[in-house]
Amino acid sequence: MIPEIGHYALVLALGLALIQATVPLYGTIKRDESLMRLASSTAVMQLVFAAGSFAALTACYVTSDFSVANVFENSHSMMPLIYKFTSVWGNHEGSMLLWVLILALFGGSVAAFGNNLPVTLKANVLAVQAWIACSFYFFILLTSNPFLRLARPPLEGRDLNPILQDPGLAIHPPLLYLGYVGFSIAFSFAIAALIEGRIDAAWARWVRPWTLAAWMFLTVGIAMGSYWAYYELGWGGFWFWDPVENASLMPWLAGTALLHSAVVMEKRNALKIWTVLLAILAFSLSLIGTFLVRSGVLTSVHAFAEDPSRGVFILGILVLFIGGGLSLFAWRAPLLKQGGLFAPVSREGALVFNNLFLTTACLTVFVGTLYPLALEAFNGEKISVGAPFFNLTFAPLFIPLMFAMPFGTLLAWKRGDLLGVAQRLMAAFAAGIAAIALTLVATGTQHVLAPFGIGLAFFVIVGALVDIAERIALFRAPLKASWSRMRGLPRSAWGTAIAHAGVAVTLIGITGAATWGTERIVAMKEGQTITLSGYALTFDGMVQRSGPNFRVLAGKFTLREGGSVIGIMEPSKRTFGARGMTTTEAALLSRGVSQLYLSLGDVNGDGTVAIRFYYKPLVLLIWLGAVVMALGGALSLSDRRLRVGAPKPAAKAANSAPDLQPAE
Amino acid sequence: MTRKQRRLTLIGGSLAVLGIAAGLVLFALKDSIVFFNSPTDVVEKQLAPGTRIRVGGLVEPGSLKKGDNLQVSFKVTDGAHEIGVHYQGIVPDLFREGQGVVAEGRLEPGGVLAADTVLAKHDERYMPREVVDALKKSGRWQEGEMKADAHVVGKKP
Repeated sequence: MIPEIGHYALVLALGLALIQATVPLYGTIKRDESLMRLASSTAVMQLVFAAGSFAALTACYVTSDFSVANVFENSHSMMPLIYKFTSVWGNHEGSMLLWVLILALFGGSVAAFGNNLPVTLKANVLAVQAWIACSFYFFILLTSNPFLRLARPPLEGRDLNPILQDPGLAIHPPLLYLGYVGFSIAFSFAIAALIEGRIDAAWARWVRPWTLAAWMFLTVGIAMGSYWAYYELGWGGFWFWDPVENASLMPWLAGTALLHSAVVMEKRNALKIWTVLLAILAFSLSLIGTFLVRSGVLTSVHAFAEDPSRGVFILGILVLFIGGGLSLFAWRAPLLKQGGLFAPVSREGALVFNNLFLTTACLTVFVGTLYPLALEAFNGEKISVGAPFFNLTFAPLFIPLMFAMPFGTLLAWKRGDLLGVAQRLMAAFAAGIAAIALTLVATGTQHVLAPFGIGLAFFVIVGALVDIAERIALFRAPLKASWSRMRGLPRSAWGTAIAHAGVAVTLIGITGAATWGTERIVAMKEGQTITLSGYALTFDGMVQRSGPNFRVLAGKFTLREGGSVIGIMEPSKRTFGARGMTTTEAALLSRGVSQLYLSLGDVNGDGTVAIRFYYKPLVLLIWLGAVVMALGGALSLSDRRLRVGAPKPAAKAANSAPDLQPAE
Repeated sequence: MTRKQRRLTLIGGSLAVLGIAAGLVLFALKDSIVFFNSPTDVVEKQLAPGTRIRVGGLVEPGSLKKGDNLQVSFKVTDGAHEIGVHYQGIVPDLFREGQGVVAEGRLEPGGVLAADTVLAKHDERYMPREVVDALKKSGRWQEGEMKADAHVVGKKP
């Protein structure tokens, strides 16, 4: 009964989406406000039914109802409860259901919190949102129905792919989808603006919080995926330049560019057409990501079992929305009035620089990801484009971008003084050079680039501090005045500084782990000790255990530093009976922000066991930096001026201390 | 600066960055891509030693040998031809005789591949797409035998 209810709820959600996609639009043409207001109520109801459908599928998983084909294929009665929940989206059908649920969640949020939106704009935005929803409801119902029943229900399920039986599955996909799908709001706002043929600075103010929220989720989602791959795949890599990873990186790059160009539009009423284009592109790249991952055209861990009709269907959706969006853009964009003028050296100029480099970097990733597919389609030749390509193209674009970061935040709007900014950044330059010198002294000269990476990161971090110091006139005004200025500083200013520092923290982590990491891959006998970077590892023997739905073969290792024991490491292999599959569970031991990483290979006939032992200095900073970036975003999002639905800054703040607000 | 000059600065700057990026992309595409070959391709194309390639097929049953210091050697076959591969390191969890595999490395004189990366499928039900295509090409693939898909991990940096 429950699967049928879930299926029916999904059909009803589609029905509501169809109404939401058409009636409000008709209302805007007829200028009938009651028809336009229908958009909000249908969006909320659509969310209710999509959530009901999702809850029904979850119920099937939790109760292990193997009469549902999807549950039979991807679950097992012995699986721990958390994985019964998470395996709802650990498969193609369920993950698409999660996709539409999050889409409906964003639509419902706009309906509920967008009270300050003009009624026509809100109707149009929700209608566009419903077009996207309709196409994905059709996709699920016609090609990927998760509620299909089996005629003869089996007694036991076929288990979830063991690699997915990990807490990472609970966090990574929902966060990533919140990011991907969150950009649909920016897309809908852009299309609505093009339909109306009118756009102003207020538009940017409405779009920015949604984009910022999506960007935060995507940032943490990508970082979480990277950490998951790092500890689950057993060889300690944190980024593979795998097409599926690139598929999530591209919307992130476009979304980051969109966040920055929307600032220019909000403050200076410039770059309007470009911002609209970026909003369309960011979501288009999310759709391309969904297509690449879900259509099975790629070789990747993320590809679930596929049939080609699904790929063709998603391709159709892709062509419809990207093609339609860009055509509408080409047709209507000339109607949008151009905005204000600015000198190349100015805050606006710096943000254009940011956009130029981010979109170009995005383009190189796009080429590297899709070129192999295009080549294979044209002449059947198969190639793989790997890390060397991206290191050579992506890194040279990101270095100037990071170098320009502290300059951008310090430049004035309209017309800036580059020399003055460089003088104010003296402390940051000094910190950067000191960091380079110290790194060279500490690690020697065999890695030439690494010290510069560390120096650049410190330049950016101190540059972010200088920005705050300048805003509160630290050391220029009495400390008390600086203190009150600091309290009056808008949260978005703190957010910017923190997010920029986060990028630098990630850079330190990448540089550290990639440059000074050491590894040993050896076969060890019981009682044997090996050393790596000052750590001694002793193999104490193998133990066997059994888990809920798997058997464990674990190695016991003792780690010593300078003779004293600092920890026991227990890397293991898990063998899952239902699929006859083995997964590797690495053992991790953190020393500050560095990690020791140990994973098991084969147990050989002579009793030795193959191990991989890595020392990864500073590696935790990679993901910590992403968390810092997201924190900066969250702080910015909590800024009253940006808050969703905030009408105007409170009158008190405006008249109590006008001179305390830094010039922006 | 006039409006026109400002616009020209902007366009000029953009074109310069795009130009540099295009140059980098073309340079990188020339040097850092790796072609995929089936064992038959390797035999027929007469690839020069030192070429970096990917080879995909099945691990030939009975060909897997393990030596000291984690040395592994095996043969990759597509049913028509085979190519020897040697590798030092830990092979992925699902690397087995008779199963699909993709190896990447440099061809040595004598047609043996010195692999630095060995990838195996990541789910017992599916097989790397490249392997399926290689088997189809040599006519050793029966439709419906196994679903074509790829769960490939276990790379080595």
